[in-house]
Amino acid sequence: MTLLYFAWVRERIGRDSEEVALPADVRTVAALLDWLRSRGGGYASALEDLSVIRVAVNQEFAAPDHAVAEGDEIALFPPVTGGALP
Amino acid sequence: MIRVQREDFDIGAEIEALTGGNDQIGAVASFVGITRADAGEDAGDAVSAMTLEHYPAMTEKQLSDIEAEACRRWELTASLIVHRYGRLEPGDRIVLVVTAAAHRRAALDACAFLIDWLKTKAPFWKREETADGDRWVAARAADDRAAERWHSGS
Repeated sequence: MTLLYFAWVRERIGRDSEEVALPADVRTVAALLDWLRSRGGGYASALEDLSVIRVAVNQEFAAPDHAVAEGDEIALFPPVTGGALP
Repeated sequence: MIRVQREDFDIGAEIEALTGGNDQIGAVASFVGITRADAGEDAGDAVSAMTLEHYPAMTEKQLSDIEAEACRRWELTASLIVHRYGRLEPGDRIVLVVTAAAHRRAALDACAFLIDWLKTKAPFWKREETADGDRWVAARAADDRAAERWHSGS
């Protein structure tokens, strides 16, 4: 599975992407976030407050109960802020 | 049509390229977003520049979906979204939305719809440069509300 990180999530984790092998019991977005957070360090810092974390699975916004599987491209980022529009 | 690019765009040339020669078009609406110097959430903070980061594969997909939704809701003859990324200074153009239709109402409403949805669905993140250092801009609830009004079927 490919994980992508953007904006301050990327800065806190300290990288913009990585390939990971998913543990067998991680089958949803929520479980993935818990697992990543358990790695500590930058992951724990970036995922401290999940209310400001958005997730996309294969380029589509995904809710916490959305399924995740090997081969997916999963992106973690803050809520989008769009362009400089009034 | 969707384009995400670092370069500036020429509004007149874009509209001409999209609509020129099509005699079915009676109305063209456009929206141009420009980088403001006071874009900061805290009053008084002068923003000297900002950098827009995006998620390219998802940006293309989301913008295409938003455009397709506008074409379902209104009878559009042509539409265009150009969004820039990278470093932008106050006064720089950042986004262009053009909608063309036979009549003004469809063009105007579709243009407003596209720009409201862009703000909440397109994966862009703003990092502002101020005298106190750089900071990431938090999402605004007002943008979500602006997009929500299109759910009510109005």
